[in-house]
Amino acid sequence: MNFHVSRRQILKGGGALIVSFAIGKTFNDALAQDALKVGKPLALTEVDSFLSIDKQGKVTVFSGKVDLGTGISTALPQMVAEELDVPLAAIKFIQGDTDLTPDQGVSSGSLGIQNGGVQLRQAAATARNALLDEAAKYLGEPRDSLSVDNGVIKSKLGKRVSYGQLIGDKSFNLKLDPKKPIRTKDPKDFKLVGKSAMRVDIPGKVTGQFTYMQDVRVPGMLHGRVIRPPAFGAKLESVDESSIKSIPGVTVVREKDFLGVVADTEWNAIRAANQLKASWSKSETLPDPAKLWDHVRSTKIAKDEVTSNTGDVVAALKGDGKKLSATYDFAINLHGSIGPSCAIAEFKDSKLTSWSASQATHNLRKQLAQMFVIPVEDVRCIYHEGAGCYGRNGHEDAAGDAAVLAKAVGKPVRVQWSRADEHGWEPMGPPTLIDLRANIDAGGNITAWDSEFFIPQGMPGSTPLVAQDLAELPSTFVMAPGNIVRNSAIPYKIPNVRTVCHRLESTPFRPSWIRAPGRMQNTYANECFLDELAAEAQIDPLEFRLKYLNDNRGIELLDRLAKLAKWEKRASPKGDRSGSLLKGRGISYTKYELDRTYVGAVAEVEVDRSTGKIRVPRFYIVHDCGQIINPDGVKNQIDGNVIQTVSRTLIEEVKFDRAMSTSLDWASYPILTFPDIPEIIIELIDRPDEKPWGAGEPTTAIVPSAISNAVFDATGIRLRSVPYTPDKLKMALQSM
Amino acid sequence: MTISKSLTVNGKKVSVRVDDPDMPLLYVLRDNLTLHGPRFGCGLSQCGACTVHVDGAAVRSCVTPLSSITDKQKVVTLEGLGTPQKPHPVQRAFIEEQAVQCGYCINGMIMESVAFLAKNKKPTEAQIKEALGNNLCRCGTHSRIVKAVKRASSYT
Repeated sequence: MNFHVSRRQILKGGGALIVSFAIGKTFNDALAQDALKVGKPLALTEVDSFLSIDKQGKVTVFSGKVDLGTGISTALPQMVAEELDVPLAAIKFIQGDTDLTPDQGVSSGSLGIQNGGVQLRQAAATARNALLDEAAKYLGEPRDSLSVDNGVIKSKLGKRVSYGQLIGDKSFNLKLDPKKPIRTKDPKDFKLVGKSAMRVDIPGKVTGQFTYMQDVRVPGMLHGRVIRPPAFGAKLESVDESSIKSIPGVTVVREKDFLGVVADTEWNAIRAANQLKASWSKSETLPDPAKLWDHVRSTKIAKDEVTSNTGDVVAALKGDGKKLSATYDFAINLHGSIGPSCAIAEFKDSKLTSWSASQATHNLRKQLAQMFVIPVEDVRCIYHEGAGCYGRNGHEDAAGDAAVLAKAVGKPVRVQWSRADEHGWEPMGPPTLIDLRANIDAGGNITAWDSEFFIPQGMPGSTPLVAQDLAELPSTFVMAPGNIVRNSAIPYKIPNVRTVCHRLESTPFRPSWIRAPGRMQNTYANECFLDELAAEAQIDPLEFRLKYLNDNRGIELLDRLAKLAKWEKRASPKGDRSGSLLKGRGISYTKYELDRTYVGAVAEVEVDRSTGKIRVPRFYIVHDCGQIINPDGVKNQIDGNVIQTVSRTLIEEVKFDRAMSTSLDWASYPILTFPDIPEIIIELIDRPDEKPWGAGEPTTAIVPSAISNAVFDATGIRLRSVPYTPDKLKMALQSM
Repeated sequence: MTISKSLTVNGKKVSVRVDDPDMPLLYVLRDNLTLHGPRFGCGLSQCGACTVHVDGAAVRSCVTPLSSITDKQKVVTLEGLGTPQKPHPVQRAFIEEQAVQCGYCINGMIMESVAFLAKNKKPTEAQIKEALGNNLCRCGTHSRIVKAVKRASSYT
């Protein structure tokens, strides 16, 4: 190994940020990002891409995976600190800056730790290994006599040298070979991993010292707002600029159907956007909302994807036994971030700098380069944490808007979306329709399982930006709702199984990945239908699942779930379903994407017979994501998965007319509030010797079915259309 | 026409210049005074992210016109309660319960809770949930937030 003096250069001009705090001054590391050195390596095959250590021994971690409010800006440093044997406080965390951090892929799919963290851990282990070699030479001591404590390498004879002395501000010049991973620390020696380190961002967030994207300001910055068409596909016919002449310092920006205003102050931009008179053509591109599911079913299929095919389903469905079939649907859903999307853009010397809360700055960089026909190298995208996004919401679109406005006015422009912009124009969780069929023999065994999923086409990647579309700027990105075929296949051993995804050519709204994309909707239908089969066979639904599981971790998880929830063994529905308040319990299970995190849930529900309102007083979760990095962080994520998805299951649905979404605020798209939140009882299974898997999404996948199965247990009614609004259940209760 | 306006924010007298006397207080705090505590969430008084105290009462700054506030009234933001080094008891309780995910709504949760605890020093869990019933959180941090408020109520 050769340690080289760094040739990194100090970035001058362009990206400098103002750190301004009027009351209560605290320097915020995240804002100093631009003062860092650029020109550093970014390749995934270099240790220097991920790590640097300064003369004081401060370790800087460069992470392509970003913290979306999930806590990985604590968990990833925990992994690195563990591997290097430095305190957590010695780590500085830099995230999502295309000039500074390697492209580790989109921060999505519960892969922050599983992929991003594991890469960082490899880099840290490789660095440590080399530092030990170097220390052996430096100290003249045998390598195996050395140990590391707090970033200081010591020999048995008491000689010592620090990381800072050995490498301080120099490059490692070390290669990483994913095919030949270096041995990482033995989990039995872990001091930080597996412990609930307090999150580093929380003190700043609860005292107003944290800088969210919405708080970032750059020198000379103006404020922009967008004025969206009142209907998807509407054309901008005319703009009456005299309508805002009373508001000082406003520039109107019009590019085809993209309309925006730029002003000196935020409030003037808001006023101008609200008052500007524009006329738009009439446009009705959405289907009749009353016939949404007919529309989905009749949409042209682009291709079929067979996600599992075992045995002979066609023959097995024709064989002896009881045939069951059911159709499930899951409404169009919003990410619904509490903070509407926000971004800043600046064009300087024909180079674009974009500040945003994008979960995929490296992808966004390519999109912006394409949009303005400039080289990718001339675009820098810098991440700042925004409000939680739970998938691809409007953050990237705001970045596109800011760039169009900044280019038009020749100054940096900050764009803050309104609540209606966010609700109406974020890409959405697409409507999902699922048909299932099965055959059960006289012994209560499933002999055939056949399912069809009607879901939009597209692969994971990037979604076209609203500004690209409205301003008719170049774009080759196609609609991409995420890897939504996942979990259409089932984690159970059944002799004849066929699962087919009909990838539809179009879907009513711009589709996107929302938390546990596809996995939530698909698992919902699968786990409800399995419950229908258990009820038909009159077998306890937990026992029924165990019967088809041949995976020891899954079996252990369900056994532990039964104990945790004090599961009463019996078939559903309950025998006694009298009274005005009906109570029931339901179970659900999945192995996420069939190859990682195991999770099981028991939901308890109460149904008010007179109103049809469902309450979910309690949820029990057992969760096995392998090696746990931060147990409290995992529990925090599980809480979030459960509460957000109870909300989706009971309440949420995008309403629309032929022109546009009509769910444009929290009154027309309500979410679960404090009085209705469930108590959540969690048991984590920690497996330090296994790979670390994700926890940001998997629990979401099993929440709707656990509730549905509990409602069936309580009432004998099988709800198959999410959300389970009181009127749907009331109608079903009345027709009993 | 630009006008000048005096305010008392976090114990300090400040003067701001605005074009519109009816500009919501939120933008004065965020843009003129560069505070980060009060947050823009909806501009419709629906979510609570913008909550501040005016003379101790929790107020939604996104719909509070600047013209309705006098310099005699004490405006307090999240920054005015405490710092990471010296947090207010409610802020401390939120740290101890790790009651944050993205944290965007947390300003509202803390400001609302501080005002609520001043009136009801030993609330039940149900009362806390009711008091925060009009504050929205999307990450699903509700259980921890309730625990944090309960914990804060035990400090005094």
